[in-house]
Amino acid sequence: MEAKTTGMKDNLARRRWIGNIFLVLLIIATLVGLLMLTILIIDIAVKGADWVSPQLFTNYHSRKPEKAGMKSAIVGSIIVMGLTGLFSFPIGVGAALYLEEYAKKNALTRFINININNLAGVPSIVYGMLGLVVFGRMFGVFNPNSWLVTTFNLPVGQSALGGLEFDLFGLSFLHLKFPFGRSLLAGSLTMTLLILPVVIISSREAIRAVPNSIRLASFALGATKWQTISKQVLPIAMPGILTGVILALSRAIGETAPLIIMGAFTYVPFLPESVWDQFTVMPIQIYNWITLPQEDFRIHLAAAGILVLLAVLLSFNAVAVFLRKKLEIKW
Amino acid sequence: MELNNLSTKIGIEQYNFYYGGFQALRDITINIPENQITSIIGPSGCGKSTFLRSFNRMNELIPGVKTKGDIRLDDFNIYEMDPVELRKRVGMVFQRPNPFPKSIFDNIAFGPRVHGITAKQVLAEIVEKSLRQAALWDEVKDDLNKSGLALSGGQQQRLCIARALAVEPEVILMDEPASALDPIATLKIEDLIQELKEKYTIVIVTHNMQQAARASDYTLFFNMAEDRAGYLVESGKTVNIFTNPKEELTEQYISGRFG
Repeated sequence: MEAKTTGMKDNLARRRWIGNIFLVLLIIATLVGLLMLTILIIDIAVKGADWVSPQLFTNYHSRKPEKAGMKSAIVGSIIVMGLTGLFSFPIGVGAALYLEEYAKKNALTRFINININNLAGVPSIVYGMLGLVVFGRMFGVFNPNSWLVTTFNLPVGQSALGGLEFDLFGLSFLHLKFPFGRSLLAGSLTMTLLILPVVIISSREAIRAVPNSIRLASFALGATKWQTISKQVLPIAMPGILTGVILALSRAIGETAPLIIMGAFTYVPFLPESVWDQFTVMPIQIYNWITLPQEDFRIHLAAAGILVLLAVLLSFNAVAVFLRKKLEIKW
Repeated sequence: MELNNLSTKIGIEQYNFYYGGFQALRDITINIPENQITSIIGPSGCGKSTFLRSFNRMNELIPGVKTKGDIRLDDFNIYEMDPVELRKRVGMVFQRPNPFPKSIFDNIAFGPRVHGITAKQVLAEIVEKSLRQAALWDEVKDDLNKSGLALSGGQQQRLCIARALAVEPEVILMDEPASALDPIATLKIEDLIQELKEKYTIVIVTHNMQQAARASDYTLFFNMAEDRAGYLVESGKTVNIFTNPKEELTEQYISGRFG
């Protein structure tokens, strides 16, 4: 047998040992995260579980903790999320389709990509300010002395806020109010802007994941580009797109800052009847309770509110997982 | 190439193809005969697939490609046709079977639907006719709602052939259709191609020389020049190319001395 000249060492035991150490470190890293989460949830559950009662869902906020509930906040959250989903789905998926299937790969497209990725990281409070100016106040163009009103002689209200109201096409159910003020509509549009970058990014991933061989087969049969997209690409990408939208919504449901900035109220003793009505959402209600001096509010009811919010969040995620499994294509 | 009494289905004249700055095909001139099986052989990278994809303008889906020269289908310049219209007349079967993730029925009905046929009865007839032509009907007729992906590799490829037949093309392009299949499935595909040539013009790219020798009527032999551009070395009846090639290169390739 030749002498070993290649320099390879007999270090199997040491290599295994190093591998095991890293395995332990990785497990610790995982456990740290899980432990934090578990401690938090247990803490909240202990403080609030007793206070999750039917009246939490049937009552409005009251000065007496025994009578306080979050009915308007729960309904407000659900409506805001519903409208946000309704607005962000077509805009987000449409933008993703254009960027993935139509746009040429040039400097302009790259510029758009960078901007979308950056927007996904902008703090949510900035979106709140954006929503306030663009949707809530509409740059002040409907104030009594603005250039728009004086140029076109618009019949605005005489208060400082002005405001134009009319029926579109004369139909009473298409009654419009400008600016959108502190309404559900303004809030939903603000949240739409917030989650739009995330929806676009995840939809693009889903569209990109569609195998190109499918597109080629479709073109080879004489289908146009839109036929290929609408009948092959979109249906295959839909589970991924839906999951992305639902997950974006489930993050948005907990956003407090943007809605506070654009003017959601903290005390709303009624249920909204139209998109023009004022509203509140669960995180704002919880925030409100945390600031009150009584312990029943600031610790127990707030914790109960958090439990309700978590439950809604979990059910959103469960729906996302269910939809994904059901619509998934097994190649 | 001597076509005797056969008419030309596709006429190619001085055809050059570029991927950006790189020339992939140089000065190709040849006539593809109607209702015959023409095979394209040659070493890897010599442009066979690129040439094939030119006939239904699928190359245009790649950004930055340029062409020079003429390709005519029944004497109409294909570059003056709507590519969507062209692809209805010139169908394609790919190397790896790529059925849509839909049912067998919907896979085949996709083409006709895209071209405006919606009547269920008509679609059902087209589906049956296409599956019969592709020699797949007996194997799947009991459950057309089964997913196309649940079939075996050979069945999937025949499904793709049926799918291409459903839009009633005149030409069928096949890019190494059996290379991803086992030998038995391969033979089935070859038998199928023989039957199809009665009604369709078939052009098939193949790496498998035995396949070209036994399954085609005419053969085009491509080679790669030193600047890696592909060019047509020799063309003619398959039996002549394989038993009595005129060019030295052809003889060397056939006997396996390179490629």
